[in-house]
Amino acid sequence: MKTGGSLSIWFFIGASLLVNGLLIFGAGVYELFHPPEEQVVLHGLHANVWWGGILAVIGGVYCIYFAPGKGRL
Amino acid sequence: MTLLFASADASRLVRLSTVDLVIIVFYFALVLAIGFYLKERSNTGEDFFMAGREMTAWIAGLSFLSANLGSLELMGWAGAAYQYGILAAHWYWIGAIPAMLFLALVMMPFYYISKTHSVPGYLKLRFGEGSRALSSISFALMTVLMSGINMYSMALVLKIILGWNINFSIWVSSLTVAIYVSLGGLRSAIFNEVLQFILIWAGALLIPILGLTDAGGWGALKTRIATNASAEYTHLWSTLGRFDDNPMGIHWTGIVFGLGAIISFGYWTTDFLVVQRVLSAKDLRAAKMAPIIGAGFKMMVPFIVILPGLLALAVLPMKLTGEAQAIATGGHSYNEVLPLMLARYCGPGLLGLGITALIAGFMSGMAGNVSAFTTVWTYDIYRALIKRDGSDQHYVSMGRWSTIIGVIISVGTAYLVMDFKSIMDYVQALFSFFIAPLFGTVILGMLWKRATPAGGFLGLLAGTLSSIGMWAWVKVDSSALRYVALSAHARDMAENMYRALWSWVVCVLVTIAVSMLTKPKPDSELKGLVYGVTDIPSESYVTVFHRPWFWASVVAVLFLVVNVVFW
Repeated sequence: MKTGGSLSIWFFIGASLLVNGLLIFGAGVYELFHPPEEQVVLHGLHANVWWGGILAVIGGVYCIYFAPGKGRL
Repeated sequence: MTLLFASADASRLVRLSTVDLVIIVFYFALVLAIGFYLKERSNTGEDFFMAGREMTAWIAGLSFLSANLGSLELMGWAGAAYQYGILAAHWYWIGAIPAMLFLALVMMPFYYISKTHSVPGYLKLRFGEGSRALSSISFALMTVLMSGINMYSMALVLKIILGWNINFSIWVSSLTVAIYVSLGGLRSAIFNEVLQFILIWAGALLIPILGLTDAGGWGALKTRIATNASAEYTHLWSTLGRFDDNPMGIHWTGIVFGLGAIISFGYWTTDFLVVQRVLSAKDLRAAKMAPIIGAGFKMMVPFIVILPGLLALAVLPMKLTGEAQAIATGGHSYNEVLPLMLARYCGPGLLGLGITALIAGFMSGMAGNVSAFTTVWTYDIYRALIKRDGSDQHYVSMGRWSTIIGVIISVGTAYLVMDFKSIMDYVQALFSFFIAPLFGTVILGMLWKRATPAGGFLGLLAGTLSSIGMWAWVKVDSSALRYVALSAHARDMAENMYRALWSWVVCVLVTIAVSMLTKPKPDSELKGLVYGVTDIPSESYVTVFHRPWFWASVVAVLFLVVNVVFW
């Protein structure tokens, strides 16, 4: 579904997931090298690294697939 | 930035890092950007109030669900799962799925073919101006009041979790909603609801994943719940044979007939807040598919709402209590389950996304209320009763202003509730008075062509008054509970179920009786409105896999499976 000009709603969603994913992934990588004093439960799983990575990849795919000018709904 | 957000309250549940704040600020910037971007496409009444009737089934379906998935819904039902166990999932399964499929397959053709702008608009076409006036005025009033109550509740939660100032939370969130809805109308509300739906899942999905890992899997979780609470907490149906055998104090008849047959059908098929999203679909097939897509996702919501409540029973070291006891003892209440689980598992970044999910839930619910209020006010009250001959531009302008005024009334309600908290109970009860009888009126109007305008109006009025009467009776004399809810052991939720059932029965009986004594409309005036005199377009031109009934059958089978699995 296209919005007012040439941007699809899915492009906005992709951008949101990409930015949030990169921020979360970055925070997770920082924690790998600077472990916090107060750690959350299951900190050893480094959820922010892989969850941030998953969101960033999905968001990136959406941004490319629904990029302005591609004509996809 | 931190000073702006935080009050001097040192008892906050979690502390946000810089990256968390960046994620939250980015979210606010993005929803506003969407509103500004869509402004150019909201110049006509059809664009502003109905999103141009060009939404795909997926967009309309996700928006249909998202408008219901408010943050209070998320936190409230997670708390209910902690309090009542898996019984809370009934509100997502039998309390939603059959009604959503019924809306899609049976009712949507009449809403869509009649080209009505709203549910009160359908009542006008079917039963006349009296029924429309009664339903539109009650809906508009209750919608903005409920929006204000939700706003206050959310601000209170943000104060408890983050230490944010209540005034700051109320004004920033409400102004943001006012800006993007008044600029882009329903299209902006819908697009943001889809974004908010995705963010809710992205922010909340990690809790059950990490929680199940922490608890040792579903089997170990059940064992720990049986030890910490009771084995009854993980059974959906097997404890409903007697009122006092389950944590909710409810009988299976209340769940099946009160919740499954009346309350959920009333809400999902006649509450304009959700129905408006489906009316924006681009064609009838999309309008029928949208609630089916919504039903598929609705069935999965317990994974991010009910399961965290159950996990909290197993893994949290503290015991949660009711709101009053939590305040008195300095402990945590049931409603803090989701934030507590977020704080337990989510580090920097993930915490910001989780809080964004809660805020997104709140804003999608509020935008849903405000956009529905705006349409009903402009088309069913202002144009019908105050100014009939305005231009399309005039009504669009009225829509933009009524959005802002609706938000201001909501903010006023939020402050009123802050000073007089008992108002919250009364307004929530008032809202419930209209839902069940309205379903009786609409369903008879769609399926029984003999129903007359006088029958429809008087049935709706009698059903509503009987609901108010039963509520007042129990308030004045608590022993009346054994008559209204069939048991002196019934709790509040059980009382609501049975009150809805009786008020629906009263509405239907009065509508039938009055209709039999009054003159019906001729068939020619009922075309497009009633079963039997409306030509429903055939779907034979599409393959089986594109037909709504096929996907409705798939969802229905999955619905049966989950109920049997968690029996």
